[in-house]
Amino acid sequence: MATHKVTMKVNGKAVSGEVESRTLLVHFLRETLRLTGTHVGCDTSQCGACTVHMNGESVKSCSLFAVQCEGQDIQTIEGVATGDQLHPMQQAFKDNHGLQCGYCTPGMIMTALDMVRRIPSPSEQEIRKNLEGNMCRCTGYHNIVKSIAAGAKAMAGAR
Amino acid sequence: MGAEFGIGASVKRKEDFRFVTGRGNYLDDINRPGQAYGYFVRSPYAHAKIAGIDAKKASKMPGVVRVLTGADLEADKIGGLICGWNVKSKDGTDTRMPKHPALASDTVRYVGDAIALVVAETYAQARDAAEAVKVKYDVLPAQIDVSKADKKGAAIVHADVRRNMAYDWEIGDKKATDAAFAKAAHVAKLDLVNNRVAPNAMEPRAAIGEYSASDDSFTLYTTSQNPHVARLVLSAFVQIAPEHKLRVVSPDMGGGFGSKIFIYPDETAVIWAAKKVGRPVKWTSDRAEAFQTDCHGRDHVTHVELALDQGGKFLGLRVSTKANMGAYLSTFASCVPSYLYGTLLQGQYTTGAIHCEVKAVFTHTTPVDAVRGAGRPEATYVIERIIDVAARDLKIDPADLRRRNMIQPNAFPYQTQVALQYDSGNYPAALTKALEIADYKGFAQRRDEAKRRGKLRGIGLSSYIEACGIAPSAVVGALGCGVGLYEGATVRMNPTGSAIVYIGSHSHGQGHETTFSQVVHERLGVPFEQIEIVHGDTGKIPFGMGTYGSRSIAVGGVALQNAVDKLIEKGRKIAAHKLEVAESDIQFKDGTYSVVGTDKKTSFAEVTFAAYVPHNYPAGLEPGMEATAFYDPANFTFPAGTHVCEVEVDPDTGGVEVVKWSACDDFGRIINPMIVEGQVHGGIAHGIGQALLEGCVYDKSGQLLTASYMDYAMPRADNFPTIKVDTIQTPCPHNALGVKGCGEAGAIAAPPAVVNAIANALNVKHVEMPATAERVWQALNA
Repeated sequence: MATHKVTMKVNGKAVSGEVESRTLLVHFLRETLRLTGTHVGCDTSQCGACTVHMNGESVKSCSLFAVQCEGQDIQTIEGVATGDQLHPMQQAFKDNHGLQCGYCTPGMIMTALDMVRRIPSPSEQEIRKNLEGNMCRCTGYHNIVKSIAAGAKAMAGAR
Repeated sequence: MGAEFGIGASVKRKEDFRFVTGRGNYLDDINRPGQAYGYFVRSPYAHAKIAGIDAKKASKMPGVVRVLTGADLEADKIGGLICGWNVKSKDGTDTRMPKHPALASDTVRYVGDAIALVVAETYAQARDAAEAVKVKYDVLPAQIDVSKADKKGAAIVHADVRRNMAYDWEIGDKKATDAAFAKAAHVAKLDLVNNRVAPNAMEPRAAIGEYSASDDSFTLYTTSQNPHVARLVLSAFVQIAPEHKLRVVSPDMGGGFGSKIFIYPDETAVIWAAKKVGRPVKWTSDRAEAFQTDCHGRDHVTHVELALDQGGKFLGLRVSTKANMGAYLSTFASCVPSYLYGTLLQGQYTTGAIHCEVKAVFTHTTPVDAVRGAGRPEATYVIERIIDVAARDLKIDPADLRRRNMIQPNAFPYQTQVALQYDSGNYPAALTKALEIADYKGFAQRRDEAKRRGKLRGIGLSSYIEACGIAPSAVVGALGCGVGLYEGATVRMNPTGSAIVYIGSHSHGQGHETTFSQVVHERLGVPFEQIEIVHGDTGKIPFGMGTYGSRSIAVGGVALQNAVDKLIEKGRKIAAHKLEVAESDIQFKDGTYSVVGTDKKTSFAEVTFAAYVPHNYPAGLEPGMEATAFYDPANFTFPAGTHVCEVEVDPDTGGVEVVKWSACDDFGRIINPMIVEGQVHGGIAHGIGQALLEGCVYDKSGQLLTASYMDYAMPRADNFPTIKVDTIQTPCPHNALGVKGCGEAGAIAAPPAVVNAIANALNVKHVEMPATAERVWQALNA
């Protein structure tokens, strides 16, 4: 199978690697770059565990080929905190028990950040609606919704 | 000790930092040096003879290391998978446990049954080559319909199992029940289906097998809720290696819900293949595989009758169930529709006589085993549904009918008609509180208001009970269980005062690292952040049975508490020596030993240091500060409560919206209220999912039509309202922590609450689950 060299920016750093044409962005992140915080939970772009940001907007990294991301600016969950200083949204998930097993959590946080970018202070209904692309089996979403509301508030306060 | 991190405090979870930063260590995040990848060739047919397997082309494809089949497995004398619970039939005969090879070589029995394992340099190469393995099938008729599986003319799943019947079991007193029905003023009757669900942990199952030629040992990394059980089965029955040569490691797990209890063909083949190819072999399930091969749950067809007297008292309950086992008996499959189901049919009520019979049958479908609640949701659904049918028949308020029949708080211990002895509880108090939270009295007004908006509003209750803390070993042993169900915990103090806990319970989202640290901190005063919880590695932890059946705090937590108590007693000897008094003069409180009536004292940390630097030390006492406790519970624990659901139905579409949820649960003493609430939220969502959205659907040929998230409706954030939960606490009287367990309550309580609310909104007797818009519309327009 033919391989291609891809170069992109991931979490602020220029990275490159050899990939097959069919290599998905999520596999490039997980296997080539060993950024394993981005997870795979399905094969049909439904669960949202693989959500990352491309050029500041959320995308499901299982629905992009790595070669499509040539030259793009990717951010993953590993790039959200500043060193060990959690981002307000990460802190909100921790403070509000917005996670249990943690598997969906990176995708939830990346979706939440994009949500707040679009809707700076989302209502409960807006949060629930905008989580349509992310599944969680543990929390019943109750505390995820609370976390995102709290995270949005904290981000507004920080601005 | 410190209220901030002790028992009863909503301590923020110590595991969260790694999860919110993407630093979790789930199985697929692990790669081993020299690792190859496995991909399974799986049957596309529900039932077929394998006429031939041709792997010549596949073997020559790029990167292929080896193609392994059932014949290789047999040649290596690798045993099949087992079921660990022998449920005896009415006639005294054993559960029929047909052979379950990890790779089928002769016959395939469900879509997804594994036939070959292709090992290659990359996952993609393994997958490409798997598609090139040519399997010749002689397709045979498949038995899919569970209700007809034991009837004449049914396709037979295993030649050595007559009428597809794994067992024909009963519990309770048939004669007494018949007598109760004979004097009934009213008998309520219902036929119902408890729908088959897929567990859907967000992390798919995965495994890496690794063999070390230097010491002839194996390491299996696997997604397991109970690594020691996996090791035991793979050693003693599958014969991979003796227990001391097999280590099972289960790292962070992305949910389980029962599906990661069982020992599956996949990890069996992977650990065997590792030695075969001389390299670590990694397999990660994709979601389609997960739908096809993770054990499903529920799948009962039931007829139930409830006999009542003139005053609405429950005289007798009669239940007849056919339970689908799927194609093979999974690890604990047989106990789910029997000892975790029939024994719960007393519910919260004083029903005078109960009889239940269960026929467990094979079909050409994915094996069925425990999913969150396991048997108890099915029992609760039967009881709580038939009560509402009776209430409707007799025009009695459903809350009132429940209250009239509830076991009273002064009646404990309460011997049920179905073998269990309830230890404690206060069912009427939980009901009262739940109705208050729900504003039950104000419902009529809300219903009228909804009507003005063109919506049909309904309210439904579910007063559930569950048996958790599984289980007293002697009891389960007498009932046919092949293992004991105690738990083991070791507390190792370090010289500088920090602590490491090694425990057999294994978190897959429940926050054990936090809760167990609170237990240790409360008694010993070790700073919360200086306590490490180690679990999920048979190379480190004491032999333990793992996490399922809401048993981690009720069994593992108590083992931990007992180990802590051993340390305190050892420390008392050291403290007495140091303070130059008799042991009996020493009291221990808040991490400090003190001499009664004086200001002489020494801390547990100082005593620990002395135990490791025993310069001035009691004669004859061993150095060191480490203790192990195994705890085998005296009884099950019995969490219980009432949940109240309100729905609004759109009569034009049949669409159902859950608009209000109120619950009051009794989990005994609570260690971390924040975590407990989270468990309840998740359970409720799981149960609402089953009631409204979820269901595994097979076509007549046995194709699983719901094998992706495009087809299987998983609950999402906008399917739920804000959930209001509260608790009452009647401590468990027979364990040292007074705890009962909380992981399954919501999933047990929720389905009947939802269906009762829908039936109430529609004023109909019953709607089957999942109550899709179509089903509800049909019920409304029947």
